[in-house]
Amino acid sequence: MTTALELHDVHKSFGSTKIINGVSLEVRAGERHAIIGPNGAGKSTLYNLVSGRFPVSSGKIVLYGEEITGLKPCEINRKGLSRSFQVTNIFHNMSVYENIRCAVLWPAGYRYSFWSRVGGLKDVQRRAEETMERIGLARRRDVLAGVLTYAEQRALEIGITIAGGASVVLLDEPTAGMSRSETAHAVQLIRDVTVGKTLIMVEHDMGVIFDLADRISVLVYGEIIATGAPADIRSNAAVQEAYLGSFKKEKHDA
Amino acid sequence: MRYQPLNLARWILWGATAAVFIVAPLVFTSSFALTMLTQMGSFIIFALSYNMLLGQGGMLSFGHAVYSGLGAYIAAHALNLMGKGAFAFPVTLLPLIGGLAGMLFGVMFGYVTTRRAGTTFALISLGVGEMVFACVLMFPGFFGGEAGISTNRVVGKAFLGVSYGPAIQVYYLVAAWCLISMAAMFALTQTSLGRMANAVRDNPERAEFVGYDTQKVRFLQLVLASFFAGVSGGLSCINFEIVSAENVSALSSGGVLIATFIGGVPFFFGPILGAIVFIFFVVALSGFTKAWLLYLGLFFVLMVLYAPGGLASLLLLHIPLLRARRLNRLALPYLLAGGAVLLALAGVIGLVEMIYRLSEQGASTVISLPGVSFDAATAPPWLSFGFLLMAGLAALHFAARFFSRRWHDVQTEIRAA
Amino acid sequence: MEFFLVQALNGISYGLLLFMLSSGLTLVFSLMGVLNFAHASFYMLGAYFAFQVSTRIGFWPALVIAPILVGAIGMLVERFGLRKVHRFGHVAELLFTFGLAYLIDEAVHLIWGRSAVDYRVPPDLDGPLFEIFTTQYPIYRGFMMLVSVAMLVSIWLALTRTRIGLVIQAALTHPQTVEALGHNVPRVFMLVFGGGAALAGLAGVIGGNAFVTEPGMAASVGPIIFVVVVVGGMGSLAGAFIASLLIGCLQTFSVALDWPIFGLKLSQVAPVLPYLLMVLLLIFRPKGLMGTREG
Repeated sequence: MTTALELHDVHKSFGSTKIINGVSLEVRAGERHAIIGPNGAGKSTLYNLVSGRFPVSSGKIVLYGEEITGLKPCEINRKGLSRSFQVTNIFHNMSVYENIRCAVLWPAGYRYSFWSRVGGLKDVQRRAEETMERIGLARRRDVLAGVLTYAEQRALEIGITIAGGASVVLLDEPTAGMSRSETAHAVQLIRDVTVGKTLIMVEHDMGVIFDLADRISVLVYGEIIATGAPADIRSNAAVQEAYLGSFKKEKHDA
Repeated sequence: MRYQPLNLARWILWGATAAVFIVAPLVFTSSFALTMLTQMGSFIIFALSYNMLLGQGGMLSFGHAVYSGLGAYIAAHALNLMGKGAFAFPVTLLPLIGGLAGMLFGVMFGYVTTRRAGTTFALISLGVGEMVFACVLMFPGFFGGEAGISTNRVVGKAFLGVSYGPAIQVYYLVAAWCLISMAAMFALTQTSLGRMANAVRDNPERAEFVGYDTQKVRFLQLVLASFFAGVSGGLSCINFEIVSAENVSALSSGGVLIATFIGGVPFFFGPILGAIVFIFFVVALSGFTKAWLLYLGLFFVLMVLYAPGGLASLLLLHIPLLRARRLNRLALPYLLAGGAVLLALAGVIGLVEMIYRLSEQGASTVISLPGVSFDAATAPPWLSFGFLLMAGLAALHFAARFFSRRWHDVQTEIRAA
Repeated sequence: MEFFLVQALNGISYGLLLFMLSSGLTLVFSLMGVLNFAHASFYMLGAYFAFQVSTRIGFWPALVIAPILVGAIGMLVERFGLRKVHRFGHVAELLFTFGLAYLIDEAVHLIWGRSAVDYRVPPDLDGPLFEIFTTQYPIYRGFMMLVSVAMLVSIWLALTRTRIGLVIQAALTHPQTVEALGHNVPRVFMLVFGGGAALAGLAGVIGGNAFVTEPGMAASVGPIIFVVVVVGGMGSLAGAFIASLLIGCLQTFSVALDWPIFGLKLSQVAPVLPYLLMVLLLIFRPKGLMGTREG
């Protein structure tokens, strides 16, 4: 069993404020791993550290045995790690198709080439169209991303994240702001597109977590207080104390 | 701002453009017109190269003249060497030397300037521009100081009757390079780099997270843009047969910025339009009035305030009306608004010209135009022009309201149909 | 030794003037996110207005009237121009101020002509302040430093101690929250922009007669101010302070020395040095000396 992503004693402070306080985590290849925790626990910061958006204050991050601490986001992405954003971060002035195509160009090997027309690149076209089909936006191919509905934009967000064929996918609150039916749809989408990949997911919706996750880690005040299978986490006393009733409430609603 | 390559019947469009280029000097035959057309041709290349940075890459540069100017200097030296017989090279391909020189400096300065983005990049480009300008004045040995480097484009034997002595031959050289450069720059927008430049412009963070180093993308875009800027510099060297510090000045950089913006940054053909309008403004207007730079600045500021997509955006807004054959409904509103604008313009021009005349020491304060003359030192002309301006602005206010109501009505009709 | 002291004092007084200009620019940039390309033009307007007022009335009234006039113009510009382009983004705002700089430059050409005007140091301030060895140090330079420092201290106090200052600081990062609390944020922006313009105008009043008052003065000092801001780090007042003094001294010393460099004298190479400094800094420390905010 290989380890896809490891964090070794990662710390992050902004000035004198400690956000991440010694996080060590191991995500196995092919598993669906959820990270939960109360607001302000540092989940988004953790993502930003792993994807290279912020530098770590100390500690190591290792992707498939290779250290990626301190690398630039584009370099980390090229090594097979891709992330989505909590606040939708797409190319608003491009069509759905062009958005996805941007995510395909580098992995398809075209890089900075300025001698061939993208319109004529068949492999790029095929991969982009395939991804559009999978996220269900094929019929909205030429619509400007800025005018899509919120749920469609979230789907596009996921589409851009997986289009490049990354093996480790980080999703940041993918179902945030969705209605119940949209959420169910999104969960199915996530399940389909992450087959054979390693998924790390930050979520607040407990129903989604227990539906998708193989293992859960609980992040509170910048520290992981528990990691394990969903059933174990649910009955963990420390976790219950940290959430104080939110689990039971969510179980009620789910 | 949205970037849209024009994609209606592409071949027809390119063919028509080429035809216009070929036919233009046969329609406008005066030598004055020929000079202007030639300048427009090379300025179009310059403006398009500038829009590679601004419109496509999202990089606002205040120092783009550095690449065209230095390209021009290198081309001038090459031309002088060719004239002395140091090496044989067709003058027809001289812009290539300018382009390569421009590209060399693009690599040098681009490495430094693209380390930052946004406003910081703009300021750095300004600083590099000032630095190069100062250097040009500091080394008169290579740059010829204030007087610049002069050169002669008639070199060696005429090839098939073409010696580039006559201005018409220079025009066709410029036109050919212009067409080729236009096609090349358009093709670049359709490549992987071109697309990712757009992506980096719209959302640099996301572009990083799909595997692209945004700094590299911007750097490469700048290097390619500086090549075409150098080409335009080489053409300018051939056309004017002199290169001076003005070619690398802040004024030149500002000029191409203004021209591109007036034409329309979000559209590929915007800078083409802007270059034509700008050169016309500068060359034709500067002969008539000393205040042409003021009028240009006023025009530019009004465009920033009211039409930031440039003339191109204004034109394109009319396409749906053209398709629905309802363009004639705008005839009256335009007539009224046009009249109001003319009134206000007459007032502004009158006031500005009078101020200029008064501030000129030793010049008579009497301005004589065909049919009428007035003394700027007396009150009546001031009152009249002031009144014209006020009346014009008031009329414009109502004409604009009428226009927008009519526009709105036509749009509703079109949507209902 | 004497040379060094005199030049150092000159460099510091010039540096303080640069800081007066760059601090106004930085404040407006930090608050509104827009870099006012026309800032140096406001400086020029301050000098010209002071020239007009001081020839009619006197220097001391000019010291008060000119900055107020320039500040008023700044407020009008914000209210009727900048506010309109705000929704088109930062690039459009920068282009607007760029066009405005052009317009102001041309308007000055138009009204006052192309040659320098005779804006002089007032007689009461014209004379030696003290002697350093054999050189007399002019009163006016001392006056300039005094005004700069007094002005900057009062701004610092205003921002940190008064209520409007706190509102401004809060609006810096959370304009919508501040507006929800009942403050008129657009009016605050107008005041800040006008204040920045007035600051530049004041710098023009005291700098215009120490140096030359001519239509090209905005175009020559403008890029230097931008270099100061980039070297100091965008958005950092402390960085602008250090960079202003650094560049002020650099320019003052280099113009006065004749050391040989590449076959030229240092004084001939002087115009290029601030830009060279900027380029070097960008290679080794892209964020500037104390950079906090990306444009």
